[in-house]
Parts: sequence; C-alpha cells; structure tokens
Amino acid sequence: MNAGVREALERIVGPRWVRHRRAELATYTMDGLPTHEEWPGIVVLPGTREELIAVLRALHAAEVPFVARGAGTGLSGGALAGEAMVLVTLTRLNRILQVDPVRRRAVVEPGVVNARLSDATQPFGLQYVPDPSSQTACTIGGNVAENAGGPHCLKAGVTTNHIVELEVILPDGSLARLGSAHGDQWGPDLVGLFVGSEGMFGIACAITVKLEPVPAAIRTLLADFMSVRAASEAVSAIIAAGVVPAALEMMDRACVQAVESSIYAAGYPTDAAAVLLVELDGQPEAVASEDVLVQRLLLAAGARHVRSATEAGERARLWQGRKKAFGAMGRIAPDLAVQDAVVPRSTLPDILERIDAIRRHYDLYISNVFHAGDGNLHPNISFDRRDADLATRVKEASRDIMAACVAVGGSITGEHGVGKDKMDYMPLIFDAETLGAMQAVRRVFDPAERANPGKVLPVHACREWHCVPATREPLAAIR
Amino acid sequence: MSDSLLAQVRDALGADAIERDPQGLPRAVPDSTDAVAQVVGLAHEHGWKLRVEGRGTWFPADAPADLALSTRALDAVEFVSPADLVAGMKAGMPLELLRRRLGDDGMWLALDPPGRPERSIGSVLATATAGPLRQGFGPVRDHVLGLTVVTGEGRVVRPGGRVVKNVAGFDLTKLQVGGFGAFGIITECTLRLRAVPRADRTLIARGPRDHLTSLARALTAARLSLSTLELFSPAIAAESDWVLAVRLLGTDEGVLAETGRLEAASDLPWSPLSHERAASFWHLAARAVLGGLVTLRLGALQDGLDDTLDLVAGVLDEGLVTAGAGSTGGIRWSGEANVAALRSLRRSAAAREIPVTLERAPWDLRHALGHFGAYREGVSQLVGRLRGTFDPSGVLSVALEAEPDGR
Repeated sequence: MNAGVREALERIVGPRWVRHRRAELATYTMDGLPTHEEWPGIVVLPGTREELIAVLRALHAAEVPFVARGAGTGLSGGALAGEAMVLVTLTRLNRILQVDPVRRRAVVEPGVVNARLSDATQPFGLQYVPDPSSQTACTIGGNVAENAGGPHCLKAGVTTNHIVELEVILPDGSLARLGSAHGDQWGPDLVGLFVGSEGMFGIACAITVKLEPVPAAIRTLLADFMSVRAASEAVSAIIAAGVVPAALEMMDRACVQAVESSIYAAGYPTDAAAVLLVELDGQPEAVASEDVLVQRLLLAAGARHVRSATEAGERARLWQGRKKAFGAMGRIAPDLAVQDAVVPRSTLPDILERIDAIRRHYDLYISNVFHAGDGNLHPNISFDRRDADLATRVKEASRDIMAACVAVGGSITGEHGVGKDKMDYMPLIFDAETLGAMQAVRRVFDPAERANPGKVLPVHACREWHCVPATREPLAAIR
Repeated sequence: MSDSLLAQVRDALGADAIERDPQGLPRAVPDSTDAVAQVVGLAHEHGWKLRVEGRGTWFPADAPADLALSTRALDAVEFVSPADLVAGMKAGMPLELLRRRLGDDGMWLALDPPGRPERSIGSVLATATAGPLRQGFGPVRDHVLGLTVVTGEGRVVRPGGRVVKNVAGFDLTKLQVGGFGAFGIITECTLRLRAVPRADRTLIARGPRDHLTSLARALTAARLSLSTLELFSPAIAAESDWVLAVRLLGTDEGVLAETGRLEAASDLPWSPLSHERAASFWHLAARAVLGGLVTLRLGALQDGLDDTLDLVAGVLDEGLVTAGAGSTGGIRWSGEANVAALRSLRRSAAAREIPVTLERAPWDLRHALGHFGAYREGVSQLVGRLRGTFDPSGVLSVALEAEPDGR
C-alpha cells in the first residue's frame, strides 16, 4: 500500500488508529467464516463521523478501494479486504445518539453492539428486535449491511423491517439522507435498497431504528421428537394453524449433543432426534391460549414431551443452548462452516433428509440448528481446515446443500449474506439480467466500484447494463 | 403513433390485445410478462412514451403517452401454497378476487389498501398504498417476497424469491414497491400471506378529534395488541363526529381479553360491530378515499398527529382523512386542491421533516408536483441515476419530482 495513503489516513485519525504492521493486521484477516482469509493493506479506525467522512474522501481522492467492517462476526467473508484495500473498521463509532421512547425510535452509530441497544432501551420497556446469535458482539452497522436476522425475526421481521432512516456516506465521500424517521418513506424506498447491500453502496454513519415494546407475556416451549421429519411437520402445523410464534427454532441430535456436553448445557434430551424451541409472546391471555393450541399441535405431530417455561430464568436456560450452539460446536472440531440457506417451510422434512444424505456421502460431521419457522437452515459442518481433503469435501457438500435448497424453490442465504462465500451460487437463483440490474444499481451508489469490490456479484454472470453518468446534486434539493 | 408502428405492436401481441382508450389512444393489453417486455422494448426502440394502467381504479388514465399499456389481462393466480403461506400472481389480479381465492385455502393477505375492491395488486405495490392494517402487519413492502419487473428498456428482472426470508443479492424489490412505476412495470409478484385469524373483531369510538387522538396515545402507552388503530374524519366515516376504529385479530381468548383491556383503558365507550357491519365499515372507508380527486399521504407519527392534521386542515381543508393513530402513524388526505396549495403544504411539512407523497391526482397536478416533490440531502442524484438505469430513454410516463420552477 502506498505510503502516501497511510500518511493521509494518519493525519485524519492519528497514527494510533492506523494499523499496517503484519502482526496488527492479523486480527483482520478473517470474519466469522473460517474458509476465507485475506490480508488488508491498511486498517483504519475512525473515531467520529467527521473522521469517517474524511477517510472516505481521502480514499476516493487516492482511488483506493475500501471495505467497511464492524465487529468481524459476519459469516460470508463479506468484510475481508485484500492487500490493495483499506479496511475501514467502525467499532469506535459506537455511540447511541438518541433514544426517543415516545416515538419508539433510536439513532445509533454503526459500531454500536446489537445487544447494547436493547440494554439501553430496556428501562423504557422497549427493545430492538433483530437478535442475531452473535448479538453480544455484532454491530448494528454490520446488521444493516447484511440485513441480519435472528431467532426472534419470525414474527417481527429482520433488520430491514426495523430501519427507517439512514445517513449514508457514499463511496465518494458525499452524504445522502435516506428514508425518514417519521411514519412514511421520503421518496423511493432507498433505505430498503441500502439495507442488505453488504457494504457495496457506502457506509451508514447514523442509523435510525424502530423500537418495539417488550412483550407483556412470554412463554418458551421445548418439545422433543424421535424423528426429524415429525419435528419439521410440527413446524408447518403450528404456522398453518394461524399462530405466529416470536421464534420457532429446531436443533437436531448432533447439535443437542454438542450443546449438552458443553458448558452451555440447557437440559435438552440428548436421545431425541430433534428438539423444537417455540416462543410465544404478546398479551397474557393470547399467549396462554396459543400455548394450549401449540402444545396440542406438538403432541399431535409426535412430540415425546413438551415443557412450557414462563419464568425468565428458566426461559433463559432453554435459550442458552440455542444461542450458544455455535460456540458449543467449537468442542467438536477446530473449524465450523456455518451454512445458511432458506427453503419453503413445507419442504423442511425432505430437505433435512437430503442434507443427511449429503453428510453421509461426503463423510462429514453436520449439525443443524436453525430458524425452522421461516425455513432458514443452518447446516453446520465441523472440520479442520488444515486437512486439505476434508476442506475440499466441506466445499463440495456446501455446494450440494445449496443446490438442493434452490431446487425446492429456496434461497442461498436467509441472513448471512452472499459476501465472498456465496458469489458463485448467485446464478443458481438469479438470471443474468437480474444480476446485471444489481450490478447497475451498485454503480448508481458507487460508480467507481471501490466499496467492497469483488463481493456479492459474480461479474462474469451479470448481463451488461449501461451506466448512467454521475451528475451534480440539483441545488433545489431539500434536506 | 403511426399505423406501421401500431402494426408492430399488433404483430407482437395479436390483434385481440390492442384496443383504443376513450380518447382514441392505442392501448396494449398484454397477458404475459414476455408480451409486456415486447411492447416496452418497442417503445424504447422507437422513443414512445408509455402510460401504464392497472385496472383503472386508482389514477386517472391521463398521463401523456403515445401508447397505453394495461396490466388487466395479467390476472392469474399462479400458485398458492397454504403450507408455506405464500402465493404468486400476476400484477393485474384484482384484490377482491385474490381475497376470495386465498380465503378458499384459509389464508389472507394482510393488506387493506384504499380504493375499490377491483383495484389491481400491481397498483397497490407500485404506489405502496397500505391501509389501516399497517399498524399490525407493516407497510406494503413487508408483504412482498419477490417480483417480476419489466424495465423501461423491456428487460425482465426478477428480484427476491419465493421464501419468507432471503438476503441474496441487493433488494431491488424495495425500489419497485412505492416507485410509482418509474423504475419499471411490475408484472408478477410473490406475496407473504397469513392464516385467517380465528377471531376478528372491530370496535369503534366516536368523539372530537383531539379526544380520540389522546385516547389513541393512551392505548399505545397501555401497549394493547391492536391490528389497526385508525382515525377517520367525519366525512370519510359518514358520521357526525370523528371515529377511532380498532381491529383485534387472534385467538378467541386473546381477542376477548384485549377487548376488556381496551375498554378499561378508554374514557369513551366502544361500539362493537357485527361481522357484516365491520366488513362494510372497512370496505366503505377504503372506498371513500376516492371521494376527492387528490389523495396525499403524510409521514406523521402519533405525537405529531394533531399538529399535522391542523396543518393540513389549515392549508387545504379537513377533507377525507384517515390517520394511523397508533405507533406507525401516517395520514392519508383526500379532497380537492390546486397546485399552489399543495406546494404550500409540502413546504410547511418539509420544515417539520414530514414527507408528503402525492398518491393520486390528475396528471396536471402529478406533473407539476411529482409524487415525491423533492428529496432530502443527496437523494436526488441517486434517484435520477436509478431512473436512468431502469428507464434510460424515459419511456415510462411518471412524474416523481416537482417541476424545477415549482419547488
């Protein structure tokens, strides 16, 4: 990396917040996905919005590509930067700028950790709903970039359903204010377009989120099944009965055994083929009546036992196993390829059998822990990446799993994003014209293609669209 | 348009798919996405202006054009999956027919947009006109899983998918929903559905506006689970006073308990409506929005509702008003208004950071004011470039922004 760029960045943020020595860069060579590794040229950590703007302007002037990074918990290799790139790390921009309990809004900087926001709004009886498993570490900015989900997104929606306004720094360093904190969009839905753009449209420096009331009553049910098929069928029965649980999660035997033999043991029955966690929330009477209905449906589908917990401590224990399942898998092998795909809920029984067949074919250790209610699978492959043959089989099995999910009408990612990991799968679900449209929209925000280059879109598979030259902002535009 | 060019459209679609509108303008009525793409492709090639019409129940069909294109023959439901609560359909599908079709399978689309029952789903999506149910089920965009869109060049783009959770690629569906057709023509959609709730109860309270908005704030503070909490002006409710209407959906026990909680938290009596009266109440309220030539929507949250309603009444008139009195907010106003008054309202609203979207109006007003008027910082250039990307030769006759001298 050009020394002039480093000096320019040091002038903006101070030398302490520019990292360039190899030992310093090592931290930033991976995100949460162990299958990709890249060394960034420089890492810069701006501490204020103004510094961030100045950094992007300097990089634009020097024509240097950049990658935005939050806490590095992403699971698609989306925040990796190569040697010719600058990694803009946003963890110092971690201020909650405003909490407005009357309007149920909060404004945060991108580096605010997800769980910290709900902690801050708890005194008002409000919460920020999207709760990725990494919520104690991941940042709201990263959640916006990936359109992150989480167990509690079944009823209340994913990140995009909770963001109303974004102040965005475009890759050329100019500002745009998208959406409105009020009750309606302002112009076309550019907030919806920006959320999930995986750092390729710019960097959100102020994020206005919706807050929701903490539910008056919550019940968590645990049901265990002797077959995965029966558990999957119970999922469809619950949804078809008109109940929308706050969360509806499944863990298979491999996952349960990993959890139960770890420090996160939650008391799940280790001999069951699958367990379901169902969380109901809302007003007490509605929750109580849904509890009766759901228990009946679970037992009718073949559940061996159903436990219903209302007390917060007991509920937290039931959830602990689920939320820490990925951590528990660390005991099985040094590396974990967390996969992410979506299928129509009705195909869950078949697709889980198909995944099991793929596991046997490649002789792998796969555990499933996932958001069954919305058909969002996470087949997790435990492996050791130092074993080249094993790593190859992991890659091939992942591709087969994706193809199987797409074949039943699914998607290649429900919440982790495409990043670097899934670019090659994009043509499985989008034709060349649609990929071309995505590429063209990316150029609207970033004509020079310097924000997170080489991610999401397999360029060779995109049909060519013409580019619209950038024009100056008309003077008449209002704030 | 010359006869030879019209002949090209006829050749592409067949003679049955061409007609004349009441003003004599040729109108293409394609019945597939490919046929729409062919027509738009010809328009792009020859530099025609195209006016897109749904079933003709929302906008007047008056945008200047060389050719009209109606989506009304795109009226098929393509698949319904009760187990997945998902359905795919073509964009000209009338809402009422769709409602019946889904009801046969115990499902419903939790959208109650303003307008007539035969309004097309494509029109609702393109204008993002949600109704009172947005309180419980979110804005229009939250119901859309995937789209098929024909761009102004005649390219066919298929963003999104058929599953309820999906973050693959950039979410181009969001650009199209509420884009007023400026970024392409929605020809097909896949929507997220719900199972028909076991209990569905509507209650209304009558009183002075200030009293009802204050009651609505109290209900929100009491954290009731309301699927709608909508305020109606006397003119739109056909009552002598303002009306606050609540809809409770869920299990029998849940709805019963919530009714008790509603009554306990209120200082006004609530009148429950029978199933038939409730259906007719919501139907008439949706339709009454068409009582004025102009319909606006303003982004105002609950704490700014009174102030914004006063502003609208002062600059325009009380009009036909419905307002989200709960946490989602939003005001819809219908009535008669001229360009100067609407400009003045937009200016005053912008000073309060409130967006005013022109949802429905004759072309002269749409053209002068634009659906959105002006944008916030940095957005104008992005929207301009998005339009240039999706409609490079300006085929689609849509006015998003105000005329330059009118801001």
